[in-house]
Amino acid sequence: MLSILIAFMVLAPPQDGSQLYRDNCARCHGQDGNGIPGVDFRTGQFRRPSTDDDLMRIIAGGIPGTAMSPSSLPDAARRSLVDFLRSMPNSAGASAGGGDAARGRTVFEGQGGCTSCHRANGKGSRTGPDLGDAGSNRRAADIERSILNPNAAILPQNRTVRATAADGSTITGRRLNEDTDTIQLIDDRERLVSLSKATLREFTVLKTSPMPSFQGKLTPQELADVIAYLLSLKGPTP
Amino acid sequence: MMPIETARAVMIRIFILFLLSGTLYAQVTSERLLHPEREPQNWLSYSGSYSSQRYSTLDQITRDNAKNLELKWVFQSRSLEKFEATPLVVDGVMYLTQPPNDVVALDAKTGRAFWIYEYKPAADARLCCGQVNRGLGILGDTLFMGTIDAHLLAIDAKTGKPIWNVEVGSAKAGYAITHAPLVVKNTVIVGVAGGEYGIRGFVAAYDAATGKEKWKFYTIPGPGETGHDTWEGDSWQHGGAPVWITGSYDPDLNLTYWGVGNPGPDWNGDDREGDNLYSDSVIALDADTGKLKWHFQFTPHDEYDFDAVQIPVLVDTEWEGVPRKLMMWANRNGFFYVLDRVNGKFLWGSPFVKVTWATGLDKNGRPIPAPNTKPTREGVKVYPGNQGATNWFSPSYSPRTKLFYIPTWADYFSVYTKTSTPFQEGRFYLGGLPRSAIPMMVRGAVKTWTEEDGYGSFIAIDPRTGEKKWEFKMNDVTDSGLLTTASDVLFGGGREGHFYALDARDGKVLWKASLGGMVDSGAITFKAGETQYVSVAAGQSLFTFALRN
Repeated sequence: MLSILIAFMVLAPPQDGSQLYRDNCARCHGQDGNGIPGVDFRTGQFRRPSTDDDLMRIIAGGIPGTAMSPSSLPDAARRSLVDFLRSMPNSAGASAGGGDAARGRTVFEGQGGCTSCHRANGKGSRTGPDLGDAGSNRRAADIERSILNPNAAILPQNRTVRATAADGSTITGRRLNEDTDTIQLIDDRERLVSLSKATLREFTVLKTSPMPSFQGKLTPQELADVIAYLLSLKGPTP
Repeated sequence: MMPIETARAVMIRIFILFLLSGTLYAQVTSERLLHPEREPQNWLSYSGSYSSQRYSTLDQITRDNAKNLELKWVFQSRSLEKFEATPLVVDGVMYLTQPPNDVVALDAKTGRAFWIYEYKPAADARLCCGQVNRGLGILGDTLFMGTIDAHLLAIDAKTGKPIWNVEVGSAKAGYAITHAPLVVKNTVIVGVAGGEYGIRGFVAAYDAATGKEKWKFYTIPGPGETGHDTWEGDSWQHGGAPVWITGSYDPDLNLTYWGVGNPGPDWNGDDREGDNLYSDSVIALDADTGKLKWHFQFTPHDEYDFDAVQIPVLVDTEWEGVPRKLMMWANRNGFFYVLDRVNGKFLWGSPFVKVTWATGLDKNGRPIPAPNTKPTREGVKVYPGNQGATNWFSPSYSPRTKLFYIPTWADYFSVYTKTSTPFQEGRFYLGGLPRSAIPMMVRGAVKTWTEEDGYGSFIAIDPRTGEKKWEFKMNDVTDSGLLTTASDVLFGGGREGHFYALDARDGKVLWKASLGGMVDSGAITFKAGETQYVSVAAGQSLFTFALRN
């Protein structure tokens, strides 16, 4: 191709430990730190290291013979990561464990009716948030809260927008983005739509979730199964 | 019972709704990809069409009103890498890559984001020349992106979520994907970069729905295959011949066309005696099987790094009084070629810049080497220089003017020096180093060379005669692609950070914007609502223009 190596020295901005964890660790260790059998960061106990420096060394050098590969993260980033690991025992979800992912998938795609709004494994509507990688970016406790109390869990960017155009036609969708003059949403026909607020007759952002609460509609076991299923969704890997 | 007139009105409204839903929001079918001319408001593939002419039938922006172009919006990337991407525009939504491998969906009218997908390439990805990406392919509601760590990803165009992810090559061995995938029928086709790392290049096809590999064609023939004997010893195993720019496609012939890059090591051919097929060639591959139909090698046994990694431009026109399927090719080696794309027959060729490494082309299009121009340990001065007379930058062909437009590095040379480089997997495998006064990759804050070292230009040539109809000269060189429109406006930029609208008939400047960063991509044009827009990346941002309201 071309000829000369251009080395770009880019100074990385400071990152918080939770972000570093999500980017570098969660795919294997899970959002809750218990993704690998026998390893559970929430206990505050580590099989090999005991000090922060031990943890720093393992993050840098990996563990030979295991999937734990070496990392090139700079010292400051590894220190932030260790700080986050030490804080994890306080952040475990209440519903972790006990569920069966295969049964959860049956509920998700069947009686739960989840795919009428959500998408996972290539199935379901896109009108609600895509959950195909829920296990990479959500904790069990977050998922449980979303299922039992959607109004408390809905993210700002997912709020429902109802707009009436100048000609009286209505548009309903899930908010994806917004600025002073415009709003971007995915509508109920799964179209990406950008609206100019100045052209709308009326425009409302609902603070409640369109998702019903499943409190009392799923048995505790079904709830645990669905959570286990969603935690198993890590997105595609080669 | 509904009155007949009312019933008719309802039917008409339903029909209009059907049309709207069918044309504005339908999935991008393979049929739509075959006929982009039916929807010039969109830009559905890297080169705008399978023929890769980078020509649009939109004509709202004219030679008369181009002076009224103004900035409408800017997308600022969060990357310091070169911004080489061509966006796609589908029914009012723009899909763009942010280097190296993030994907964003933007409202084409305002530039506001619908979603962003952030991909983290493996840390051991190896790139010779920047962590770049040139764009996406689309089929249905799925986007396709090759990554610098040599993966191919399918991404949901509505949500930005990945659907599948396959490893195409080994990143740590130097394989990478930098170009926009070519989507043909239900197949996604990509090639691999890595010509500076001793890879063995290939083009591979994947099922769009599942990511399953359908076929793979090695650009260096293996033992027992035709052309294997054009490589000395085991040099074929790490002879490069990468593919890092999007191919073209002829649906009638069912052939895909790919430009293949340099043999390795780049500047020392001592250990790879022979023509080194199919390096520096265009290859015609059956879209369904990957079988080679024909090839044409521009630079046999290359020792200058003259990748044939240019866009194959397909033109159907009369040639010597007979309608013919042509391929036009402005090559990095300094020659312009016209081929018959049915069989690869060489029809005509001529230099379009100063060329000293060859004295001309023989009747079959094979270059006639000039004496004493091979790289030496002491260094030898040769035109064109290492970055070539042109490079991966998209040319344009206008069926209106019937001219072929080329971004060029003119009167530009390098001193080519050869050294010895043993092969080691994942390490540079160069065999020398060319030196030029003009920086190879990036212009600095100030100009550090002279007019004797070369200059940049857009040239318009008559592909029948090679006659240069006009030349638009720039002080600095250009890495910009070109775009022409049905109103005879040509858009292009350069390393100085200027972006121009020129009169495609005579090269006169109609309008100019100073964008403050190198233009490293080709502009596109599209329509959102009733307005025609033009978008181009420069520096670390994508700029979008339209006529003043």
